[in-house]
Amino acid sequence: MWRNTRSGWGWVSIALHWLSALAIIGLFALGWWMTGLDYYSGWYNEGPWIHRSVGVLLLLATVGRLVWRLFQPTPHAEGGRFEALAAHLGHLALYALLLVALVSGYLISTAKGGGISVFGWFELPATVYGFANQAEMAGTVHWYSSLTLLVLAAGHALVSFKHHWLDKRLTLLRMLSARYARRNS
Amino acid sequence: MLTANTLKKTAAAAAITAVMLPFSQAQADSYTVDIEGNHAFVQFKISHLGFSYILGSFEDFSGEFNYDPENLENASVDFDVQVASLNSNHAERDRHILSEDFLDADEYPTATFESTGFESTDDNEGVVTGELTLHGQTQTIEMPVTLLGEGDDPWGGYRAGFEGSTTLVLSEFGIDMQKFPESMRELELYVTFEGIRQ
Repeated sequence: MWRNTRSGWGWVSIALHWLSALAIIGLFALGWWMTGLDYYSGWYNEGPWIHRSVGVLLLLATVGRLVWRLFQPTPHAEGGRFEALAAHLGHLALYALLLVALVSGYLISTAKGGGISVFGWFELPATVYGFANQAEMAGTVHWYSSLTLLVLAAGHALVSFKHHWLDKRLTLLRMLSARYARRNS
Repeated sequence: MLTANTLKKTAAAAAITAVMLPFSQAQADSYTVDIEGNHAFVQFKISHLGFSYILGSFEDFSGEFNYDPENLENASVDFDVQVASLNSNHAERDRHILSEDFLDADEYPTATFESTGFESTDDNEGVVTGELTLHGQTQTIEMPVTLLGEGDDPWGGYRAGFEGSTTLVLSEFGIDMQKFPESMRELELYVTFEGIRQ
């Protein structure tokens, strides 16, 4: 039940998927809101602190998620060959945009060599820093990659609804419960 | 260690110096600020909400000056500062200071100072007057300066070094600090630099 099979996702993949979805939407909303905050807002320091901390946790979770994905079976894709290829490319783009958004965010906060404190529990040190305009350029990449990720994720959700209600496939249900991993395809 | 190679290099250096000497004497008062050796700093100090000070510096700039002790009224100095090189040891704060809220480095990437006059006030003391362009706005400012020292350096050059500071009222440069306390509406600009005579 923890592991994936060719017929469905295990609980580890399902949990990582939905926690990521929650974190991505939350980070985007928080990021949007906090960058417009006035200097005198009580959230001026707290908002970015939460955003950075959750972002680092999501980065670590995403690395773990990709490792799990690479070493676990991937449930077979439904639909035609073209549809399966398009789905595969779409998922690759989601992973790539997510990594770009996370890494570029990290590069903003660590641009001058300071690490990122994660809820005060531990600190992720800076690794690449000191480039001219690093924070500014990383900031631009962070904004556009996050925006594109959100748009693509919305498309991802819409397509899953189409598979569920119009195509009557198990695509969405397979991401909601690990019991489909037990069935033989 | 002395080797044939270093002797050759020393001889070559001496030959070059001999050739260059008349030229350097002809322009005895022209100096380039020692950027390569980083013997120059452009720093600022501004209050943080009246609690303490934020110190920062601009790390990428160039400068040159003319200074002849025998001809002080012709002393002059020019600086070009890359605004985006601002560093206050806090990446996100730096980004905020460089944003449209304050310096708007995208729109106004360079700050310049061009002196228009110099008045000697005492031994090794004087006041530089000049045009400071910051945030796209040019204002005439005065900066008291001190000659800290001059003379031969250990590497075959001749150096002169100065320091100066002045207070800038940010609103005069179109930087709106209205929502901040009175103490944050101006900052202290401090420069110290040494030049190598050309």
